[in-house]
Amino acid sequence: MVATSFTPIASLLGGVLIGLSAVLLMWATGRIAGISGIAARLFPPYEDREFAGRLAFVAGLIAAPVLVRLVTGSLPAQTIAAGAPVLIVAGVLTGFGTVWGSGCTSGHGVCGLSRLSVRSLVATLTFMATGIATVFVIRHWS
Amino acid sequence: MTILVQFAIGLLFGLGLVVSGMSNPAKVLNFLDLGGIPAGTWDASLAFVMAGAVAVTFVGFRHVLKLAHPLFAERFSVPTRNDIDPKIVVGPAIFGVGWGLAGFCPGPALTALGFGSTSAVIFVAAMCAGMVLARFIAKLQSSTRIAAPVHPLES
Repeated sequence: MVATSFTPIASLLGGVLIGLSAVLLMWATGRIAGISGIAARLFPPYEDREFAGRLAFVAGLIAAPVLVRLVTGSLPAQTIAAGAPVLIVAGVLTGFGTVWGSGCTSGHGVCGLSRLSVRSLVATLTFMATGIATVFVIRHWS
Repeated sequence: MTILVQFAIGLLFGLGLVVSGMSNPAKVLNFLDLGGIPAGTWDASLAFVMAGAVAVTFVGFRHVLKLAHPLFAERFSVPTRNDIDPKIVVGPAIFGVGWGLAGFCPGPALTALGFGSTSAVIFVAAMCAGMVLARFIAKLQSSTRIAAPVHPLES
């Protein structure tokens, strides 16, 4: 495993930016900033005419590190330890699970908890629990 | 105009992910690693991401949802369900395993594409496949429910 340093101020600031984005998206489009929902609806079947807006939002997500590199000349550390087979399994589970459970860390964890949704609380506690359990099994069961 | 605004809002979300450290899977996995507390390798940073995001959203939603309608839409589309069905447990349980395996959830994985990482491309491609599969099965189930009473023994 790769050691990382505790960054409470940067993380709190980043969290505030994420929250601002969620509030602005609600103000502009009337929709929840749930990234899994936005990404999944880029694929058929299409149920509304919001495709272009969703694509623009995802393009913004991808453009963020590009902008950071342009402005500051560097990017913060990003360490992806998993190899291709694990990434593929993890990706399929993440994609399937977030659609099956109607949301991910942003839709349930941020927007849902802010709205005091019981479903989002159950969802958030569940993915936190299985995420913690998975890391525990991988790192400490040997 | 709507498109530009949504791009800017997505950009802001992505900046939050980069600044907060959530776009680094190593940080996410060290947060989920409660077993690392005794050794001092636990990284509590992500609790601060959640705290910052939830605090702003909690206050912001309260104000925004008092408006007659959103800027670019006729009405707010806010989920209203409050029943606990199996899907709201099974889905997140599956997602959590994927999250714990790679350290990516959907937002940070998409933002990681902008870092130019090949690993992120592999993860996102697999994630999209998982999403399409889940939507396909959900659609199949909803159409089976309608068709089921006709030939209940044939399936």
